[in-house]
Amino acid sequence: MNILAIDASGLAASAAVLSDEVIKAEFCVCNKLTHSETLMPMIDQVINASGMSLKEIEAFAVTAGPGSFTGLRIGVATAKGLSEAMEKPLIGVPTVESIAQNMAGFDGIVVPLMDARRGETYTGIYVFKGDELEVLREQCAVPLEEIINDVNDRGQRVVFLGDGVRVFRERIDKICTVPYYYAPADHRLQRAAGVAILAQKYYLEGRFTDAADLVPVYLRKSQAERERDNIRAHADA
Amino acid sequence: MKDIYILGIESSCDETAAAVVKNGREVLSNVILSQIDTHTIYGGVVPEIASRKHIESIVQVVREALDRAKMQSSELDAVAVTYGPGLVGPLLVGVSYAKAYAYGCGKPLIGVHHIEGHIAANYIEHRELEPPFMCLIVSGGHTHLVNVKDYGEFEILGRTMDDAAGEAYDKVARAIGLGYPGGPKIDAVAGEGDPGAILFPRAHIEGDEYDFSFSGLKSSVLNYLNSCEMRGEKVNTADVAASFQEAVVDVLVENSMKAVDRFKADRFAIAGGVASNSALRSAMEKACGERGVGFYKPSPLLCTDNGAMIACAAYFDHMKGDFAELTLNAIPNLRLGDRS
Repeated sequence: MNILAIDASGLAASAAVLSDEVIKAEFCVCNKLTHSETLMPMIDQVINASGMSLKEIEAFAVTAGPGSFTGLRIGVATAKGLSEAMEKPLIGVPTVESIAQNMAGFDGIVVPLMDARRGETYTGIYVFKGDELEVLREQCAVPLEEIINDVNDRGQRVVFLGDGVRVFRERIDKICTVPYYYAPADHRLQRAAGVAILAQKYYLEGRFTDAADLVPVYLRKSQAERERDNIRAHADA
Repeated sequence: MKDIYILGIESSCDETAAAVVKNGREVLSNVILSQIDTHTIYGGVVPEIASRKHIESIVQVVREALDRAKMQSSELDAVAVTYGPGLVGPLLVGVSYAKAYAYGCGKPLIGVHHIEGHIAANYIEHRELEPPFMCLIVSGGHTHLVNVKDYGEFEILGRTMDDAAGEAYDKVARAIGLGYPGGPKIDAVAGEGDPGAILFPRAHIEGDEYDFSFSGLKSSVLNYLNSCEMRGEKVNTADVAASFQEAVVDVLVENSMKAVDRFKADRFAIAGGVASNSALRSAMEKACGERGVGFYKPSPLLCTDNGAMIACAAYFDHMKGDFAELTLNAIPNLRLGDRS
C-alpha cells in the first residue's frame, strides 16, 4: 500500500512516501522558515520525487500530537485537507510513538523525551518485540524526574532520544541509575518515514479515521483553561 | 461566459466559516460555525482555544458548504482562504487546510485579505455596487476608512490609533457588566437609554482628519463609572451604553462624511461586525441621505466573519489571474492592499 506521511509537530518538518516496504522518497527540513511555508511545497516535491501521483496514495498519515500546538495544527490541517480532497483515510500517529520507532530493534527500553517547556517532557516508554513496537507507558506530559524514576524502577538498559535530550541531558546524567544511551542525531527526532511505518501498521489494524474525525492530541490544556481551572480550584478550596 | 464557482474559507478569529459563491455575487451556501459561547466564558476570544475549535470543525464546515451548494469539489474553479489579518493560530488552520485541499483537488488557491472580504460583502446583496466608493470597515479588530478605487485596489484614508471600535464596545460592556460580546449587548441596552445623558469625549486626531481613537473614550467611561461609585451614585447602565454608543457613532459618521465630502464620493458602504450595529446603520443612512449619497450595508449575517465574503473578494482576483503559491502563509498583521 502507498502512504504519504507528514510531520510538523516539532522543530523540523518532514514528508515521506512509503510504498509497501520501500520509502520511495523522504524530505526533511529544519530551517528558519515556518512549517506553514515549507510543508506543502515539500509534500509536492516528495510526491514528485516518489514517481507516484497523489491519486495513487491510499492513506494519509500525520503525527497527531503531542508537540508544538501550532505545528500540530499545521500538520493535521494539511493532512485533513489532503485526505478530504482525495477521499482517502487519515491515520493519526502519536508523536512520541513515532520517535520511538526510530530505534526499532533496540535491545532495551526506548524513552523519547520531547521538550514540553514548563519543566515537563512529552514522553512514554516503549520496547521492541522483534520489529514490533510495544507500548509500556502511553505518551504523557510529566516532569523529567517522574519518567526517569519510572525508567530506574524498570532496571533495564534504556535509550533516550527526542529534542528533549539537548535540554535534559545534564539532569539525566545526574539521576539515571540504569545503563543508558543517547540516540545519535540521525535517529533522534520525529520524521515522516517512521510515521509512515507505524501508520501502515495502524491501517492494517483498522486504526484510521475520516478526515473530519481526527483531532490533535495536545496532552495539555490551553493556558486560559489552566488559569480558569486554578481559579475555580481555589474558589472551591 | 463560463460560470465561476469559488469555495471561500475563513478562520481568522472565532468563526469557522465556508461558503460557495457563484460569479462573485451569488451565494450558494454560507456556513458559519461560531465559537462565541466558548469565548464568552473567558470574556473575549482566547486564540489557543479558537485554534483548537477551528481544527475540530474545519472539515465539517467545508463539507456542509459544498453539500448545501449541491456541489462536488471537482466543480469548483478555485479555493480561497483568508490569510490575514487576524489571529495567527486560527488563520493557520484555514490556510493549511485550504492549501492542502486545493492541492488535492487540483484547483487554484487564492489568498484573501480579511478586510477586503468585509468590503466585498457589500457586492453580494448590492449587485449594482461597483468601485469607486468610500467604505468604513468596523469590527472587533479593525477600524478602517477606505477609498475603494477598484476591485482589489484601496487607499486607506483613516484607521484607529489604538483600540478598534468593536474592542472599545467589548471593554465598556465588560465595565458596565453586560459581558461579551460588547457590540450587540450595548446596542440592545442603548435603545432604552438617553444618548444625551452623559457627554463623553469625541476624539479628533490632530493632523489626521480621518483617523480614529477610542481608548480616550473608553477611559472616560471608566472614569465616569469610578466617580459614580465614589459618590455612591447608582449608574444607569442604559444611559451609559447609549451615551457611549452615541460618541462612537458620532466620530465614525463625522470622519466618514468628511471623506465622502472631500472625495465627492457618490456611494458609501459600511462593513465588518460593528456594521450590524443599529445606531451606526441609521446614523450613516441619515448622513448619506442628507448628501444624496448612495448608502450600502450588508445584512447582519454578512457583516460577521463569513466565507461568502472571502469567496466574493476572491472572484475578482480570479478574474485577474491572481493566484497564491503553496508557500502561502498566515500573516496576522497583513496590511490592506499588500500582496504577498
